Amino acid sequence: MSFFTRGFEGRRRDDAPEGRLPPGQYLTGGFPVLSAGPTPHTPLEEWTFTVEGGAETVRWTWDELRALPSETPTVDIHCVTRWSKLDTVWEGVSVDTLLDAVEHDASYVLAFCDGGYTTNLPLEDVTGGKAWIAYGYDGEPLDPEHGGPARLLVPHLYFWKSAKWVRGLRLLDDDEPGFWESNGYHLRGDPWREQRYWGD
Amino acid sequence: MAGAAVLGRLTTGWRVAEVVDAVDETPRVRTLVLAADGWPGHRAGQHLDVRLTAPDGYQAQRSYSVASPPGEPPAITVERLEDGEVSPFLVDEVRAGDRIEIRGPIGGWFVWEPALGGPLLLVAGGSGVVPLMAMARLRAAAGSDVPARLLYSSRSWEDVIYREELGAVADGPAGLEVVHTLTRAQPDGWTGYARRVDEALLREVAWPAESGAQAFVCGPTAFVEAVASGLVALGYPSERVKTERFGATG
Repeated sequence: MSFFTRGFEGRRRDDAPEGRLPPGQYLTGGFPVLSAGPTPHTPLEEWTFTVEGGAETVRWTWDELRALPSETPTVDIHCVTRWSKLDTVWEGVSVDTLLDAVEHDASYVLAFCDGGYTTNLPLEDVTGGKAWIAYGYDGEPLDPEHGGPARLLVPHLYFWKSAKWVRGLRLLDDDEPGFWESNGYHLRGDPWREQRYWGD
Repeated sequence: MAGAAVLGRLTTGWRVAEVVDAVDETPRVRTLVLAADGWPGHRAGQHLDVRLTAPDGYQAQRSYSVASPPGEPPAITVERLEDGEVSPFLVDEVRAGDRIEIRGPIGGWFVWEPALGGPLLLVAGGSGVVPLMAMARLRAAAGSDVPARLLYSSRSWEDVIYREELGAVADGPAGLEVVHTLTRAQPDGWTGYARRVDEALLREVAWPAESGAQAFVCGPTAFVEAVASGLVALGYPSERVKTERFGATG
């Protein structure tokens, strides 16, 4: 490393367990919030979750979603703005459980949300026990600021992929950039490859 | 607000930037003016990434909003976070002639340009004023007569970033209207607002929703949450309230 900045030493090099912090990230104990617009508030009695683009559109009400088998994954999360948070505990329904209810041959999904936010993912990033529709965080209902009543949780990708206020998945044959992905951010967003922006 | 934007310019890699000027804005806030060969230019509201490298190779990266308007060299305005790793270094240690690395510009959502029209409502909490100042500076430099209003919440008069310049850009018939609120301490004889921004204050200061105003809101999470929901309560459609939040970054 030839380049360095005069006087800079840094100090947070020892606080992350080996192999848990992707390049360019630092640990936070808080839970910062990042979003592009106002926080939506959809009443639970009007809330539904929809999977469309398969053989038929399948829809769950809030109560129906909550009645599905749930899991409590403990995962590390990594935001593209550089904070990472280890061992976060969530509760939600595996995306596998939802997609099992739909006949399809899609290769990609586009998650859509209250407020118009979307994010795109290859199907293989949301199947095989890697993604959830999460409605609980740290033993409590998920706070609206953090995406409640429910958000997508895809912890192995940068956290903008874990779309807040999620209302459904659109099954697609081809990849289609979502909101941040149309505004300069990487199509896939793997933190271990530092896929932050277009061109990474 | 679904993303239908055409994929634009790729973000280029890290480049070395020299600090050509360091300006104290308040006791806790400093502006660094940077010179970087090949900087591709930026839009008002975008940010850039900073990377610092220690002699042993250890690196730390952070994102900062660009304060300068398009067409000028990139400048960042940094607030010292007491337990931070990067911001105390940038505010207290860096001096002209030092070199850092930068990447960008980044972001295509939280941006304004005169062609987008108005009225324009800028709502800033603390150092959240930085990307909004780039917009205000662009508006002034371009001679835009888009009606524009800045509601700026600070703890005290001493904490107001860009205080003199905000007074200057407010001059003239097409000047930016600047409304301060000072939430913790007010100078003797202060007649302005002295409370937190909420729906009631927005009702007094914000353009009416029927005006079709475009709002940009930037500040700490709780501030942005209160302002954005206040504007929605006043009838602003969600897609006309663009937000940027400062979480716990150091």
